[in-house]
Amino acid sequence: MTTFLSLEPIRVLLYLVGICAFVGGNAAYLVLAERKGAGRIQRRPGPNEAGWAGVLQPLADGLKLLAKQVLVPPGSDSLLYRIAPLMVMAPPLMCLVTIPFGDTVVARNLDIGLLFVFAFGSINVMALMLGGWASRNKYSIMSSARVVSQNVAYEIPMLLVVITLLMMTGTMDLQEITAQQSGGFWNWNIIRGIWDFKAGHIGANLLMPVTFVIFFTCMLAETNRAPFDMAEAESELVAGAFTEYGGMGFGVFFMAEYANIVVGCSVATVLFFGGWQSPVGFLSGGLWGVGWFLLKAYALIFTVIWVRWTFPRTQFYNLLNLSWKILIPVSLFTLMLTGVLIKVPQWLHHLR
Amino acid sequence: MIASKESLPSAAGAGDVDHPTRSPDAPQETFVLNLGPQHPAAHGVLRVLMTMDGEWVQRAEPIIGYIHRMHEKMGENRTWAKFLPNTSRIDYLSAMHYTHAFVGAVERGARIEVPERAEYARVITSELNRISSHLVWWGALLLDLGGFTPILYAFDDREKILDLLEGLCGARLTYCYYRFGGLYNDVDDAFLKGTRDFVRHLKPRLRMYRDLVTDNIILRKRLENIGPISADMCRKYGASGPVIRGSGVAYDVRRAEPYSVYPKLDFQIPTYPAGDSMARYLVRMDEMEQSLHIIDQALDLIPAGPYQAAKVPRVLKLPAGDYSFAVEAARGRFMVRVVSDNKEVPYRVKLRTPSFSNLSLFEEASRGMILPDALAMMGSLDLVIPDIDR
Amino acid sequence: MSLFTAIRETYTGFKSLLTGMRITGREAMRPVITVQYPRETLPMPARFRGHIKLVLDPETGRPRCTACTLCAKACPSGCIELDGIKREGDKKKSVSRYELDFTKCSLCGSCVEVCPSEAIDFSKDYNVVSLSRDTFAQMDLYAKVEAEAADWARLHPPPAVAEASADASTAAAPAVANPAATGRATP
Repeated sequence: MTTFLSLEPIRVLLYLVGICAFVGGNAAYLVLAERKGAGRIQRRPGPNEAGWAGVLQPLADGLKLLAKQVLVPPGSDSLLYRIAPLMVMAPPLMCLVTIPFGDTVVARNLDIGLLFVFAFGSINVMALMLGGWASRNKYSIMSSARVVSQNVAYEIPMLLVVITLLMMTGTMDLQEITAQQSGGFWNWNIIRGIWDFKAGHIGANLLMPVTFVIFFTCMLAETNRAPFDMAEAESELVAGAFTEYGGMGFGVFFMAEYANIVVGCSVATVLFFGGWQSPVGFLSGGLWGVGWFLLKAYALIFTVIWVRWTFPRTQFYNLLNLSWKILIPVSLFTLMLTGVLIKVPQWLHHLR
Repeated sequence: MIASKESLPSAAGAGDVDHPTRSPDAPQETFVLNLGPQHPAAHGVLRVLMTMDGEWVQRAEPIIGYIHRMHEKMGENRTWAKFLPNTSRIDYLSAMHYTHAFVGAVERGARIEVPERAEYARVITSELNRISSHLVWWGALLLDLGGFTPILYAFDDREKILDLLEGLCGARLTYCYYRFGGLYNDVDDAFLKGTRDFVRHLKPRLRMYRDLVTDNIILRKRLENIGPISADMCRKYGASGPVIRGSGVAYDVRRAEPYSVYPKLDFQIPTYPAGDSMARYLVRMDEMEQSLHIIDQALDLIPAGPYQAAKVPRVLKLPAGDYSFAVEAARGRFMVRVVSDNKEVPYRVKLRTPSFSNLSLFEEASRGMILPDALAMMGSLDLVIPDIDR
Repeated sequence: MSLFTAIRETYTGFKSLLTGMRITGREAMRPVITVQYPRETLPMPARFRGHIKLVLDPETGRPRCTACTLCAKACPSGCIELDGIKREGDKKKSVSRYELDFTKCSLCGSCVEVCPSEAIDFSKDYNVVSLSRDTFAQMDLYAKVEAEAADWARLHPPPAVAEASADASTAAAPAVANPAATGRATP
C-alpha cells in the first residue's frame, strides 16, 4: 500500500486533493472564525444559533450562495466574466504547492519556491481587474482600477522586503530557508537578522522586525483587507468591484480572499518565524512540524482578523501615500543596510 | 486623478498636506449622483443630489422632507400639555433637551416657578442625554469610516444611561419626563446613586476611547484637514453647537442665554480653532467630559424638596403673547417659540432646530471635496434628519 | 515636513496602532454582554412604561376606575374609549368597557398622571405579540382587569361561604351573596 501511495502521480493527486480541501475548509471556517473573533472583540457572541457555537454556519452560508442564481449581466464580456472567479482562485492554490508544511510534507519543493509564490501572487491583481471590467458597471470599473493601483503600490515594498531576506538566506528554496532556522526560536529569521546565534556574529538586517511589519502591512494591502479595503467597502455608497457577481460567483471571490490570507500568512511564517521548526529545537519532525506550522500561521491569521476589527478604513490617497512615501523608502533603507552589513565584514575579512 | 501637491484650500489655514486636488486643465465631465434617502450611512432619510466631476463634488444639494411629520402643525391642534410627547420625538436622540425647551417656554409664559430640585434633576437628565447622544454620534461616525467595533463599545455605555433613565421615568428614548412646573415623578435615591456610579464608570472609558480611536493615526488622517468650515460660514448659515465651537467661536447657549441652574454650575466650553472635522470631533469628546463634570456638581447640589410646582392648572392657558426658550441641545441651539392668544391651544409653536442650520452649510462647504471626504464631513456635523424635517 | 518629523510621526502613528490593538485585545478577553433573549430575560424596572392597565383595588377586588373619562380627555392621541354604568348599591359609576388603541399610544403617561382615583397604571408587558391587529388597535383592558378580579375572587372567598361550606350539609349558601358578585355585568 505504501509503495502505491509513494508513486509520484498518486502522491501528487493526494496532495492536490489535500490542498483543495485545506483551502476550501479554510475559506469556510475562517469566515466563521472571523465572525466569532469580531464578536468577541465587540463583546457579543457571534454566530451561535446554527449548530453548537455556530459550527454549521458556514454550511448554511454555502448553501445559501449555491442556491442563488448566477446571472451574467447582459452586455458584459461573458467569457471574462465567467473566467474571473477561476483566475482569482487559482493563484493561492498554486502557491500552496511549494509551501512546506512539515519536513516531508510539501507537495513539490522547488528551488525557486519563493519566486514561484510571488509570481503567482501577482496574477491575483489581474483577475480582480478582469472581474470589475467584465461587469460593465461604471462603479465596478472605478473600484477595480483602485484595486489595481493599490496592489501595484504594495507589491513593491513587499518584493523589496523579500529581496532583503533573500540576501540574508542566500536561497529561494523554501525548505532550505526553513532548515536554516532550525534549533530554537532564537534562530528564526526575525531574530537571526539582529544577531546570528549559530554563526556568532551580528545579523544581516538589524531592522528585521521592521521588515516583518512592512511585509505584514503589504500582505494586508495585497489581500484587500481592512484597513485597506476601500475597494470592497466602496459599497457603502457606490458599488464595489464585485456587485454584479451573485451566488457562487461572489462566493468564489470571497473564498479566494481568505485563501490569499492563508497563503500570505503561511509565507510570512516560513520567511520570518521558522516555518515548521519548533521553538525549542526538538520535536520538529513529521506531524509535530505540521502542528507548529499551523499554529504559527493561524496566530498570524488571527492577528489579521484582529487588525481588521480594530481600525477604521484608510482613505485612498493615504493608502497610496503610506506605500510610496513611507514603506518604499524604509524598505530601500533596510535593503541598503543589509547590503552593507553583509558585504563590509567580507571586505574586512579579505583585507586582513 | 491624484498627484497634485497643492494644499487644500482651507479657511483654517492648514499647512501643506498630501491631499489630491483636481488639476484645473483636466476635462470636465459631470454626472449626477443621488445619495438617496435610503443609504447605509447612519444619518437618516436625507437625500443629497450631488453633481460630481469624477470623484470631486461640484455641487451637493440636500433635499429634505422625507420624514416631515408636521410637528409644528400638531402644536396648533393640541393643548399645551398634549404637545409634550411630540417634543421628545423631534430629535429623539437628545429628547430631554427638546422637552426642556418647550416646557421652559410655557413656564415663562404662564410664570410658573420651578422648584430647585426639579431644576437640578432636569440638568442631570439633560446632561446624561447629551452624553448618550454624543455616544451615538461617535459610534455612527466610526461606522461610516469603517471601524465596526467602537459603536458597540459606545452602545454598551449608552445602555447604562438608558437603564438609569428607564429606572427613573420608565422610558428609554422618548422620555416625556418634564411637566410644566417640574417633573413627572421624583428622582429617587437609586437613580442618584446609579448616576454617580455611571460617572465613575465612564471616565476611564472615555480615556479608552481616546487611546483606541482619537489618537489613532488612521482616524487622524481621515479627519484632520477634512471639511474645513470657517467661523464666517457658521455665522452666515446660523450653525451652532459643536459645529461653531469647532471653528473657534465659544458660543454656547448655556452661557449666552443662561437657563435653569447652569449659572450656578462651573464648566468649560471646549473650543477648537481648526475648523476641520477633527476639531468638531474633539469638541464633542470634550463635551462628554464636561457633562460628567456638570453631573457631578449637580449631584452634590441637588436639594431635597418638592419636585413639582404647586397649583399648576390642569388645563393651562397662557396669557396672550410671544414666548421663547432656547437650550443647548446635543446638536446646537434649539429654540421653541410659542405664540399664544389666551386659549387652551397654542396659536403657533415654532421649533428652531440646530440640524437644519448645520445642514445648510453643507452645500457650500463640500464644493471641491472628494466624495468620501464629503461624507466624513457630513458625519462630523452630527445631523439627525428628523430634527431637520420635524 | 522635515525628515525628522516624518520619522517621528511614523513612529507615533505606529505606536497608536499598537495601542489600539492592545485595547481591543483586552476587550476581547472580557465576558460577552449580550443577553440571549428569549432564553434569558431582564427584569423590567418598577417604573417601566408598558401599555396601561386598569388597576384592581386589593381591598374590594373591583377595578378602581369610575369612568370619569379624564384620561380619555387628557390623551394627546385620543386612544382611550370607555363606558361606565352605575351599579346599584354603588356610590360612583364603575367602568364597563375600556378600550385602548395601542397603535396610537405614545406612552406619555398623561392618563396615569391625570386619573383622580389611581385607577390606571403602566403594566410591565414588553413582549406582547398577536396574530391579529385588533389585539392592539382595540386592546380590551376591561377584559384583562375582569380576569384579574376573577382570580382575586377565587383567592378571597367571602367568609359566609366559608362557614357554609364547613357545614357541608346546609344548603344556606345561595342566601348569603358575595357582594362583589352582584351586579357584575357580563363582559
